[in-house]
Order: sequence, then C-alpha cells, then structure tokens
Amino acid sequence: MFKAITKLASLRNFYFFAGKLIPWFGWPTLILLLVGLYWGLVVAPPDYQQKDSYRIIFIHVPAAWMSLFIYMVMAFSAAASLIWKTKASEVFANSCAPIGAAFTFLALATGSLWGKPMWGTWWEWDARLTSELVLLFLYLGYIALQSAIEDRRTAARATAILAIVGVVNIPIIHFSVEWWFTLHQGPTVTKMGKASMDSSMLIPLLIMAVAFKTYFFTVALMRSRNEILERESHTKWVQEERERL
Amino acid sequence: MSRSVSQSSSRAMLELFRRDLKLAGRNKSEWLNPLLFFIFAAILFPLGIGPDSAILTQIAPGIIWVVALLAALLSLDSMFRSDYEDGSLEQVVLTPHPFSLLILTKISVHWLLTGVPLILLSPLLATFFHLDSGATFILMKTLLLGTPVLSLVGAIGSALTVGLRRGSMLLSLLVLPLYVPVLIFGANAVAASSAGLDIGGHLMIIASLLVLSITLAPLAAAAALRISIG
Repeated sequence: MFKAITKLASLRNFYFFAGKLIPWFGWPTLILLLVGLYWGLVVAPPDYQQKDSYRIIFIHVPAAWMSLFIYMVMAFSAAASLIWKTKASEVFANSCAPIGAAFTFLALATGSLWGKPMWGTWWEWDARLTSELVLLFLYLGYIALQSAIEDRRTAARATAILAIVGVVNIPIIHFSVEWWFTLHQGPTVTKMGKASMDSSMLIPLLIMAVAFKTYFFTVALMRSRNEILERESHTKWVQEERERL
Repeated sequence: MSRSVSQSSSRAMLELFRRDLKLAGRNKSEWLNPLLFFIFAAILFPLGIGPDSAILTQIAPGIIWVVALLAALLSLDSMFRSDYEDGSLEQVVLTPHPFSLLILTKISVHWLLTGVPLILLSPLLATFFHLDSGATFILMKTLLLGTPVLSLVGAIGSALTVGLRRGSMLLSLLVLPLYVPVLIFGANAVAASSAGLDIGGHLMIIASLLVLSITLAPLAAAAALRISIG
C-alpha cells in the first residue's frame, strides 16, 4: 500500500496519473455546470422576497464552500509533503493556492453584488464576509511566500508550515469574527434534508457545488501537470513528452 | 531524556535569555524605535481626527490596539535576523537541547523588550485619548494577555521570512491575518467594559489564545527556522 503511494508520488507517475484523471473530472464539470446553471437561473422559481436577485447564491454559496474546502485540501497536501517528503503533494498544494484565492475572491465579489440590493451597501462588516476576506489574505500570504523563496523544495516546506498554521487559525478567526458581530442571514443549508430551502432551489445549488468541486480538481491537476513539466524540464521523459505534445 | 540533560536544557535557556538581553542592551535602537513608533503613530490619530474627546474616547481602545499590533510587527523582523546572519542561530540548532524551547526563550525576550514597555506606556496614550482609569486598567490587562500572543504568532512569520531579502513586507502579509482574533477581543473588551458589560469572557478567550500559542507557536517557529537555515 505504502509502496503504491510512494510510487505514485514520483513526479513522472503523478504526471501521467493526473493526465488520466483529468477527463474524469473535466467532462462532469462541463455537464454539471450547464445543468446547474440552467436549472438555477431559468427553471428554479424566483424567491418570494428577494425575487430574482437571490439567484446569485448558485455561484456565491458554492464558491464560499470551495474557498474553505480548497484551503483544507491544500493544507492536507502540504502536510503530506512535510511528513512523507513526497514531491507530488508539494506540487498539488502549490497548484491549489491560486484556485482557492480565486474562489474566495469570487465569493466576496458575488456577496458584495448581492449585498447592494439586499442590504443597500456594497460592503458590510458582517461576520462571514469579514472572515472570507481574512481567508483571502491567508491565501495571498501563501502565494507571496511561495514566490519569494527561490528554491522550490524550500518554498514548498515553508509554505506547508504556513498552511498548517493557517488551518489551526481559520476556525479561531471564523468564530472570533462571528462572535464580534453578525448581520449575515443564518446558514440556509445546514444539514442534508433539514435545509430551510425548497428542493427546487436546493437541487441546483448542490449540483453547482459538485460542479465547482470537479472543476477545482480538473484545474488543480492541470496546473500540477504544468508545474511538473517545468520542474522536471531537464529530464529525458519531459523532453520526450514535449516532442509528443 | 535523562535528568541531567533536562537540567542542562533549562540552563541553556537561561544562558540564551541572558545573552539576548545583553545584546538588546547593546543595541537599543532595535527595540526602542518600535516604542517611539507606538507613541507617535497613536498621536497622529487625534491630529487627524480632531480633538473631540467623545470621539477619541470611543475609538481609543481600537487605535491603541492597532498601533500596538503595528509596533509589534515592526520589531518582528529583527527577532531572528541578526542571529541568522552571524550564524549563531545555526549553533543554537546544533545544541542537544530542544530547539523549540530555546526559541520560546528568544520569543520571551522579544516580548520583554517590546510587549512589556508597550503595556507600561499604554496609560500615557490612554491619557491622550481621555480614557478613564477603569478603562485604562482594562486596556492594560488585555495588552498583558494579548501582546505575548503577538510575539508568539509573529515568531512563526519571522522564522519563515528570516532567510529572505526584503522579508519584512512579506512578514506583515503573513502575520496580520493571524492577528485578527487578538485584536478583536483585545479592543472590544475595553469597549464592552465602558458599555457596562462583563468582560470576563473576553479576557478568558484572550488567555486561551495565549495558552494555545505558547503551546504550538514555538514548535511551528522552530520547524520554520530549520527550513530557513536549510
């Protein structure tokens, strides 16, 4: 078992493994995105209070979920690279960061767009918006540290520590901000089946959430493949691969 | 670990503590400048906002806390830098003593030189902002519990960036998001007490942050320093 993992962890094997995985994530992403967007934006009924402007949740809520999910994936991957010194998990953690930052930004931007008609302001110092903003800065710090250290392996180990420190801090930041002040409406989807949301809206929301997850894995694997080609550009197999492409 | 090694570890910590204090005594500007910054930056706010005492009293806890945080940030860059540059940090790593304990020693010296004077100076700033004595006392209590957290958490960022040229800008980007909880509870405890609320909860939360960071931050900082030294 452990042998199989370490074998996969070599960059060359991970490159080809990722290449095989990408279509399995990519095609579902395309289909689920089309279905989810059509269902959410056209088929689902308008909200009785918020009319059509609630429809932004089909982007906003999955993006906000992704922002935390990706940080967790990134931190686990980084921790794995610290513990087992596997290069593949270093590469994967690195390729998570910009995607996570992008989703966090998307969640903030859509939240702000929704806030204008609903709260009457572009920005409100509300608990979840604020902790999302802090999360964006955690991502940016990670990316900045990664690009500041020239040696890739050192960079990977240093950012891994930062990611782990971030994971310990995220719940603390979240709850301290929440406790500080909150205007945000309570979580609508708490548990499967107990959501305070009609299934005509819930189903497209969950479809979008799955689509965002598969999208993340597709793009993260693509980015990993690029980084592997860059890192291993001196090796023979990469040069062969280049000629093939 | 045998008894003699653990005894010699505590001696090593004591020696390191003395050495760092002595070095700080010879190089006063390193820790005096952040303190001057603390005072000057806080004075800028009344100048910018105007001398209305009602507004000043209301915003004072937040401003004093933010300025304290920035002063701590300013002094972080020098926490490990000179030791890193002259190679003495490498010698510290090579000793048989637990590296994280020695780092904890260095962090506590940093707190003694930046955090403690800040607490002692805060009544002066409180006077500038017309805070009453009760609020000043609470401000000092929150600073007493909160400034060690600033040094401890900051040590991780300092350890990660010590090997980098132009690391200080990056350092603030790494550390500031992690300072958010301390700032929130520290500044709001003062505000809550002037509103007549009980602040026991605030103080306990800051204390728990302190306990958490004393336990974990030296380990993370030690690991980060090992990577920076390479």
